[in-house]
Amino acid sequence: MPDPLVKTVHLAKEFSGVRVLNNINTEIEQGEIFGIIGENGAGKSTLIKLLNGTYIPTEGEIFFEGNRVHLNTAVAKNLGISTIPQEFNLVNDLNVYENIFLGREYRRPGGLLDHRRMKHRAKELLEALKADVCPTMKIQTCSVAEKQMVEIAKAVAYNSKLLIMDEPTTVLTPIEIGILFDLIHRLREDGVTIIYISHKLKEVRQVCDRVMVLRDGEFISLDKASDIDEHEMANKMVGRELEQIFPPKPIPADDLVMRVENLSVPGLLYDISFELHKGEILGFAGLGGSGRTELAETIIGIRKKSAGTIFINGRKRSIKSPSDAIANHIAYLPEDRQGTGVLVDFSVTNNVTLGSLKKYARVLINHRKEVAQTRKYVKEFDIRTPSLRTKLRYLSGGNQQKVSLAKSLDSQPEIFIFDEPTRGIDINAKMHIFSFVHDLVESGISCIFISSELEEIIGVCNRVIVMREGRIAGNLTGSDINEEEIMQRATGVKQGVAA
Amino acid sequence: MSRNDEKPMGIGAKSLNMLKKIEMDKYGPFLALLVLFVVSAFASPYFLRLRNLTNILRQVSYTGIIGLGMTFVIISGGIDLSVGSMLALVGGIGIMLLNYLGGGAGAIVAVFFASILVGALAGAMNGFAITKGRVAPFIVTLGTMSIFRSLTLFISNAGEFRSQSSLYPSLGMGYFLGLPNPVWIFLLLTALFHVVLYHTRFGRYVCAVGSNERVAVYAAIKSTWIKFYTYVILGATVGISAVLLSSRLNSISSTNAGAGYELDAIAAVIIGGTSLSGGSGSIIGTMIGALILGIVNNMLNMLGVSPYLQGTVKGIVIIGAVLIQRKGRRLF
Repeated sequence: MPDPLVKTVHLAKEFSGVRVLNNINTEIEQGEIFGIIGENGAGKSTLIKLLNGTYIPTEGEIFFEGNRVHLNTAVAKNLGISTIPQEFNLVNDLNVYENIFLGREYRRPGGLLDHRRMKHRAKELLEALKADVCPTMKIQTCSVAEKQMVEIAKAVAYNSKLLIMDEPTTVLTPIEIGILFDLIHRLREDGVTIIYISHKLKEVRQVCDRVMVLRDGEFISLDKASDIDEHEMANKMVGRELEQIFPPKPIPADDLVMRVENLSVPGLLYDISFELHKGEILGFAGLGGSGRTELAETIIGIRKKSAGTIFINGRKRSIKSPSDAIANHIAYLPEDRQGTGVLVDFSVTNNVTLGSLKKYARVLINHRKEVAQTRKYVKEFDIRTPSLRTKLRYLSGGNQQKVSLAKSLDSQPEIFIFDEPTRGIDINAKMHIFSFVHDLVESGISCIFISSELEEIIGVCNRVIVMREGRIAGNLTGSDINEEEIMQRATGVKQGVAA
Repeated sequence: MSRNDEKPMGIGAKSLNMLKKIEMDKYGPFLALLVLFVVSAFASPYFLRLRNLTNILRQVSYTGIIGLGMTFVIISGGIDLSVGSMLALVGGIGIMLLNYLGGGAGAIVAVFFASILVGALAGAMNGFAITKGRVAPFIVTLGTMSIFRSLTLFISNAGEFRSQSSLYPSLGMGYFLGLPNPVWIFLLLTALFHVVLYHTRFGRYVCAVGSNERVAVYAAIKSTWIKFYTYVILGATVGISAVLLSSRLNSISSTNAGAGYELDAIAAVIIGGTSLSGGSGSIIGTMIGALILGIVNNMLNMLGVSPYLQGTVKGIVIIGAVLIQRKGRRLF
């Protein structure tokens, strides 16, 4: 048997005396797809940062192709270790091929850039990946999936032997995920070894050869993906038996809370009409770019509508800005947590009260009241933070999301719009959010639940509206709420609004 | 790389480090001031004389007051280069008004408030172009810097605005409880703006807008108005500074008045620990920043360093202050 591509012996990492990764002994074989799963804080990121040379191990050794290596980022690059980060490292103002060759441009004798050769090679690379991306396209205009293809092309251009993918599918649509998986398999056939990190257990099972579970910095298990099911994975990650993930669905009242009629935004939304009942969880399913986020943003007044009316409790309302939305008791939990949800440089307290500061201030802010209210949320939602003054930057994704929730809730909404509330957070935090939604509707608040995770939509919602290309492609209730029905409508295989 | 995923530190270590960082951010400028003060006291026997100290305080008041307003603008993510020219224009208009009104006590009070108003208006022009016109603050205020100065020169035919009031200088030259009047106003405004920044919604919103405007907008904060108001406030502080300066000199020179003030004001803000990228900052820090600049100038004078070299030292202080703050941040 050949040497494993990567072997770690007693690998450990400490930060200021705190051990975040302990005694990892593992072997990653040549040409395998090696999954790593674990909750936030389990040590996945630390491990991959040790393997790509970002961090220097506190203890232990790393062997690459049988040789002991001392990695730093340059050495790792030379050995052929590439990482595709969760947030891409691409320069928006440059185009695709310039990004692929950034830092190691082809030059002509005399030192001028050889654009022709780079374009040509970029085209070859992208074609080999079967990626439909034009090398001269600006990164700005690329979709998330295309950007990811560019990242992969970049890695392949380095002749990578080991490709580390950190949560590659979080921002992709099901179709794009399919393309990515094909690509991963093709790369494996070419002899590339892949480390695949994800929260999505189903995908991990589907794509990986073997799966390693980490918990609290410790190695827990390593199994063949075919020998372990999602339930077992989740249990190993959490370290205890998981109860049911989704709480029971409360039954909504008949009272109409919101009615949207013929809402349109040129180029984005066409003739959207729907109703929301009191205590209902109304799901919005669809592919990326189907207009769900845009719809939410139009409802809360961030986007201008060209036509349409919104009725709240039977009365026509004009909502032109987020403050109008709050005045009408509509809260929105944004999809892009760090881009629109929370201020990473603000403290927990200041984030929670950001949208509802009026409650705490006549002329001067009543800091004590603010802190007291925040403390309540921290307790209620089990927000893990060293203190209320800690900047959100230092909190995990799940905890940031809970702060974002508390912030939206603090404006005392009657209608709560969730946009991808579980993106990039671990299973424990997800369950918290589901039970939070459950408690909300129990208390009479109505929810709109936008998600790309079908499982979630199916597990949480009373009724599901499917969107496709800015239009409503289905309104599903009861037993119609299933994966097949939703996907067929989301992709346009099945048309027309079901009764 | 992902920031929101796993943090490599345990909670205990994290909070300890954060504590260190907060302390450094908060007290760094103050420590620098303290060190500078002690060094100066040893370097020159005249430094600690009451007269010298009050002189320093007075000298820093004019740009210090503008720096207070500038702090809001910079925290909100903006910048204003026009304040020096604005000061000359507002000061000139103030003196014209004073002469028109006869120069009595009532006229002085009227001029004081009129100058604040004119300054606020000039600031509003900047704010309007920046928020409604969506032109970068740097560009807008670079433009108005030129406009305000040129208007001042035009009105005075490149000469001086001279006050005919014999009472006017008593405002800028006067003392109250042993401190020059401008110093009192500087201190009062520092206290007031400190409260505004930390204890009012407006202050919180200014930080939010500077930290991430999109998040602020989604949180129902009217970010364009917040930004607009920061320029209006800055304009008002320029108005106050203009009155204090013109009443001290009993005139305003259309060519020299306020020249270079924008740099001193911005420098005070930055030395005080407010980051140019916005999001957070400190009013007290700006006051300290202004004092540091003042003491450095004073020392250079007393040590007989060529006035031509003083700009070099000032530049080194500014860059050094930012380097130290950056270092402090990176260490943890």
